[in-house]
Amino acid sequence: MAIEVRIPTILRTYTGGEKAVNADSAGAGTLSALIDSLEANHPGIKDRLIDGEDLRRFVNIYINDEDVRFIGSLEAALSDGDQVVILPAVAGGAR
Amino acid sequence: MPAEPARRPTLDRVLRIDQATYDAIVEHARRDHPVEACGMVAGPLGSDRPVRLIEMVNAAGSPTFYEYDSTDLLRLYRELDDRDEEPVVIYHSHTATEAYPSVTDINLASEPGAHYVLVSTQEHGNNAGPVEFRSYRIIDGVVTEEEVTIAAAVDTNDAAEEHS
Repeated sequence: MAIEVRIPTILRTYTGGEKAVNADSAGAGTLSALIDSLEANHPGIKDRLIDGEDLRRFVNIYINDEDVRFIGSLEAALSDGDQVVILPAVAGGAR
Repeated sequence: MPAEPARRPTLDRVLRIDQATYDAIVEHARRDHPVEACGMVAGPLGSDRPVRLIEMVNAAGSPTFYEYDSTDLLRLYRELDDRDEEPVVIYHSHTATEAYPSVTDINLASEPGAHYVLVSTQEHGNNAGPVEFRSYRIIDGVVTEEEVTIAAAVDTNDAAEEHS
């Protein structure tokens, strides 16, 4: 099952500069499995997306334009042809 | 506090911005004070020219923190993609402290190609008066202040606009 994943500038060091890569959700059909598949081909990227058991607070992942936090987070379901976008939060402030 | 040498503007990087965009960023910061204002100035890919100001909503609505709403963020990046643009300036205000990146700003900076502009409204708040307007590169946790050059207008009409 092939899924296109859009990679933000800051993480392209892991993808040889590629803006988008194909990943496989390994039959499990979840975001978590997809990230494991990404990690297999692009070692180090998983740690930039996941902190312990959860998605990192300042990383946004979208499946077909839906923020995964609203559709099950790492357990969000994926199907063939879905489009995944990773975007770091634009955030900061004086505190 | 960062060491003093890191705070000195370097000459190798300069932010060139037109007066109208500069004024609009300052006006946004004043209007939203005491909440932090945030936004972006996009420009054609590879041009380093900030030409299209996009005010963003601070989803945190806080005087000490800002964050683009995640849906707005996706919409914005799609739009940049469609228009062959990139973030040239990423700005926000500090409303009770100086216009220098905080530890949070440094840790969360994720656009190594962008100029991070900070405006401080601590002196005059919502009112007219001078504001601190400073620009930085933030790459891998290293902050480098850069000079800000304000022009009457930036050339928005050269070949870079035709990028396909």
